[in-house]
Amino acid sequence: MNGGADLGGMMGFGPVVEEDNEPNFHALWEERAMAMVVAMGACGQWNLDQSRFSRESLPPASYLSFPYYRIWIEGLQKLLLETNMATPDEIASGNMSQPAKAVPRIMEAANVDDMLSAGGPVDRKPNRKPGFGEGNTVRTLNIHPEGHTRLPRYARGKIGIISRVLGFHVFPDSNARGKGEAPQWLYQIRFSARELWGDDKNPRDAVTLDLWEPYIERP
Amino acid sequence: MSEHHSHGHEHQHDHDHSHLSEMDARVRALESLLSEKGYIDPIALDLIVETYETRIGPQNGAHVVAKAWSDPDYFDWLIQDATAAIHSLGYASRQGEHMVAVANSSDVHHMVVCTLCSCYPWSVLGLPPTWYKSPPYRAKAVIDPRGVLEDFGIKLPKSRAVEVHDSTAETRYLVIPQRPGGTDGWDEKQLAKLVTRNSMIGTGFALDAKDVA
Repeated sequence: MNGGADLGGMMGFGPVVEEDNEPNFHALWEERAMAMVVAMGACGQWNLDQSRFSRESLPPASYLSFPYYRIWIEGLQKLLLETNMATPDEIASGNMSQPAKAVPRIMEAANVDDMLSAGGPVDRKPNRKPGFGEGNTVRTLNIHPEGHTRLPRYARGKIGIISRVLGFHVFPDSNARGKGEAPQWLYQIRFSARELWGDDKNPRDAVTLDLWEPYIERP
Repeated sequence: MSEHHSHGHEHQHDHDHSHLSEMDARVRALESLLSEKGYIDPIALDLIVETYETRIGPQNGAHVVAKAWSDPDYFDWLIQDATAAIHSLGYASRQGEHMVAVANSSDVHHMVVCTLCSCYPWSVLGLPPTWYKSPPYRAKAVIDPRGVLEDFGIKLPKSRAVEVHDSTAETRYLVIPQRPGGTDGWDEKQLAKLVTRNSMIGTGFALDAKDVA
């Protein structure tokens, strides 16, 4: 979606400022928020792409001004409501008033190491050959879906060259809508800085994006 | 909450205190609710935090880079199949399932960003710093990477290409910085001390040999 999260190329934020000796967390709530979001993923009530969409669909002004872990908490609350894991009253009070939803598993202390180590690979067994190969010139589609997509606005309708075939991966646009993993071939595609941003850019500079086959066509 | 968290960080200087305490109350309430419902195990949360505070961080990536500098066969493997090469050192965990390594040289400088969210190679670099997740970097890295490098105090010659990798899929990128001069004969442990987090994101270089001597 063309939301507050699709930031590539926006201006006016000022310089990038690095905090000296930045800790992983600036407050206790940030630690708990990070860990809670990771742990809740184990309940299997939503997938990674739904979780991303829950954050990027915040109103743009909120997305741009909230501390990052607050964005995670807002997204988590949305998912809890959508999946009937909690009610608005429960979230407001912090007290349980409805029975818990049955979940297939949770992240228990004894499983933390194993679950973090296992991660969540998204490559799937290919059931067809890739439609494109390294060195092919392609054009990205000019699409503006209202749901989740991983084709950023700045790279739509642009010509690039496939620089790697990355594998056969879960397709976020489908997975985020709860319509199945629908895996697709994934490519690293190289776009010159001039193609993306105009002729005053350094002619040697480039940006690569990792894009799924449904985002591209033969030019 | 457990005493595990009594090492409360005192880094609230840049933030509004009432806002912080509001978040603190909200997150406490949420944790209490999710725990009462049996969806989370608070001890598991402690362990997740501890993992990223102590075991999974940029020291893992520094080991990978130091090995690549020391062992040409490992370097080749890393470039060909970063996932396998990195997993072989025991660094296999979430947000590192599919890895690509890119090597900086005097001809090309690589930099990594996630314009759409905050994708970052947790398995080798740990949790991303705030600047990596924030609008200034995510907006500027793709349109003005040379300007970003200047924000980090680096001016690259025009002749050196800048290649930015926008992490739009589950592929996670690790930059292999150039090996600094004056380090002939150094072993992996010594070399790893030169490898900064930012040098593995592409917003910095490895340290000079004299900086750690």
